[in-house]
Amino acid sequence: MNFEEYAAKPLLAEAGIAVPRSQLAETPAEAEQAAGEIGPCVVKAQVPTGKRGKAGGIKLAATPAEARNAAEAILGMEIAGHEVGRVLIEEQSTIAREFYAAILNDPATKGPVVMFSTEGGMDIEEVAAETPDKLKQAAVDIRTGFDGARASGLIAGLDLDGSEDAVAETLVRLYLAYAANDAELLEINPLVVTEAGAVIALDCKYVMDDSAIKRQPDTAPKGAPEKLTKLEARGEAAGIKYIELDGDVGVLANGAGLTMTTMDVVRHHGGHPANFCEIGGEAYTKGKVALEMVLEKPGVKSLVVNFCGAFARCEVMMEGLLNAWEELTPDLPVFFSIAGTGDEEAIAMLKDRLGLDPYPDMDAACRAAVRAAAGEGA
Amino acid sequence: MRVIRNTHRVLIQGITGKQGTYWTERMQAYGTNVVGGVNPKKAGIVHCGVPVHASAKDAMAAGGFDASVLFIPPLGVKDAALDAIEAGAKHLCILTEHIPVQDVMYVMAAARDAGTHVTGPNTAGSVTVGECFTGFMPAFNERIFKPGPVGVLSRSGSLGTLMCQNIVSAGFGQTAFVGIGGDPIIGTTTRDALEALDTFDGTRAVTMVGEIGGSMEEDAAEYAAGMDKPVFAFIAGGAAPPGKKMGHAGAIVMGDKGTYASKKKALEEAGVTVLDTPSQVGEGLKAVLSD
Repeated sequence: MNFEEYAAKPLLAEAGIAVPRSQLAETPAEAEQAAGEIGPCVVKAQVPTGKRGKAGGIKLAATPAEARNAAEAILGMEIAGHEVGRVLIEEQSTIAREFYAAILNDPATKGPVVMFSTEGGMDIEEVAAETPDKLKQAAVDIRTGFDGARASGLIAGLDLDGSEDAVAETLVRLYLAYAANDAELLEINPLVVTEAGAVIALDCKYVMDDSAIKRQPDTAPKGAPEKLTKLEARGEAAGIKYIELDGDVGVLANGAGLTMTTMDVVRHHGGHPANFCEIGGEAYTKGKVALEMVLEKPGVKSLVVNFCGAFARCEVMMEGLLNAWEELTPDLPVFFSIAGTGDEEAIAMLKDRLGLDPYPDMDAACRAAVRAAAGEGA
Repeated sequence: MRVIRNTHRVLIQGITGKQGTYWTERMQAYGTNVVGGVNPKKAGIVHCGVPVHASAKDAMAAGGFDASVLFIPPLGVKDAALDAIEAGAKHLCILTEHIPVQDVMYVMAAARDAGTHVTGPNTAGSVTVGECFTGFMPAFNERIFKPGPVGVLSRSGSLGTLMCQNIVSAGFGQTAFVGIGGDPIIGTTTRDALEALDTFDGTRAVTMVGEIGGSMEEDAAEYAAGMDKPVFAFIAGGAAPPGKKMGHAGAIVMGDKGTYASKKKALEEAGVTVLDTPSQVGEGLKAVLSD
């Protein structure tokens, strides 16, 4: 789960990292008032995405009136699909140097990695690709953490204009914030040294590990959950992973891998999947809700049901699905592929209650569903 | 990692739960050498015909075990896994999905120091065909698992199951199936599993089931390039939109990272046959395995 800047920065402040004074504003009038208290400021769009500056979502304001105008321009703007509903009014800083600091979970070392670069304010992926020697990295044993000695070691040899100790201290505190908040990414870009020599975090990107949301009851509610369509939100409430797509072949399968593959095979045979709908894992008894959601998507012309039982048992999924089918009596051609645990019972139930046989494999079922959606005979 | 054999003594942490009980009975019926279980609240009872201990350490003291399979809810996994690692487990199979990643990394660091091999998390388990299995794979379904020459590895349980069925339908069978799991950080990587299957007795070809996200398939391609045996790969998620987690926490394309195209290219350059659909595996195997 992403956090917007205004929600992420207090986590840095709690860990003892300096951040500029700021206030959140939802209207131009609030922005003007905040600027009156703060002085010369930066007006920053609050959206859970990067590249706000390039999109025109960050403006300098010398006076409260300028802050009002800037807020008027930014509020309501759309940045990478997010409508701006709030701006952060933040005091201006006099910048001498801009650095980059981040901690993330690294699949290669199977632990946290602390990253630092003197090339702050830039797209760090460009820095990593073009001048990898300028991106310093340290793999951390999460059992022992990241202390001052390791932080000093990471930045050793870099000329930071006398801010070395303060930067090392900031990295240690950043690690503490990362650990305390179950971050999967905690990034300060830029981390600036002011002309007065203070080290402060001008921006902060924080992504909370979705699997840790339950054990972060104080922090999690401040996050910006992924924008969901109505159907996607309904899926989430029911504990079913549903992603809305723009095709016309409905997809219902169990397990993430199999569901993705069903989409792939629909596309391979020239069709367009209408959705990703997975009822595996703990959700495998929820066939009814899943079917309702798949059917409610406008423009769905056919449906492929692909069950392959492992932990999820085919006959349990089939029971839920058939109950829903008999209740909803949809006028939609449906094509089944059934394999794995409980397949024989499921196939018998399908024959008995819908008078249908499954196709011999998912290719055949997907091909038939694609043809039906295109208005051709299966 | 190494493939689990029926000579390994297996402990089940969380044996008394509904799923723990159901799958322990099936593992036993198939041939898995289950020697005990763990539930701190039910220590002393006999469940599924084996003694239940208060901890993995107690189980080790009471006669020992080699591998532990965890049927444990997400927030309990870290303590349970550390218990097994400290007890001296050689192998851990962590089935649980949605474990906080910082807990997973803690377990991985402890396992590395102790020399414990971890499979998972978020895996459906592994099958040594005709011999034993760990987790919740339908090993006992003869239309899905049959002894034969193909080693299979998969990030996904459901798709791995389908691939195994396609292999049996084509007239072949498997040496072993290794489910590595759908999380971004896992103990046994695609490369580790590929190597274990390549060196496992009787394997004459390997089928790899990958997904978009991360770079494990690219890493495995380096190993595949040096293999003499034919390797077939199917990568799920080619039709997935970027920036969305496709059910598995690890299955996400970020910018140009973790894409289908990158994986397909790396694998094909290593001499791996990349299948357009899972149903094509039968034809592929017939071409290389039929005498």
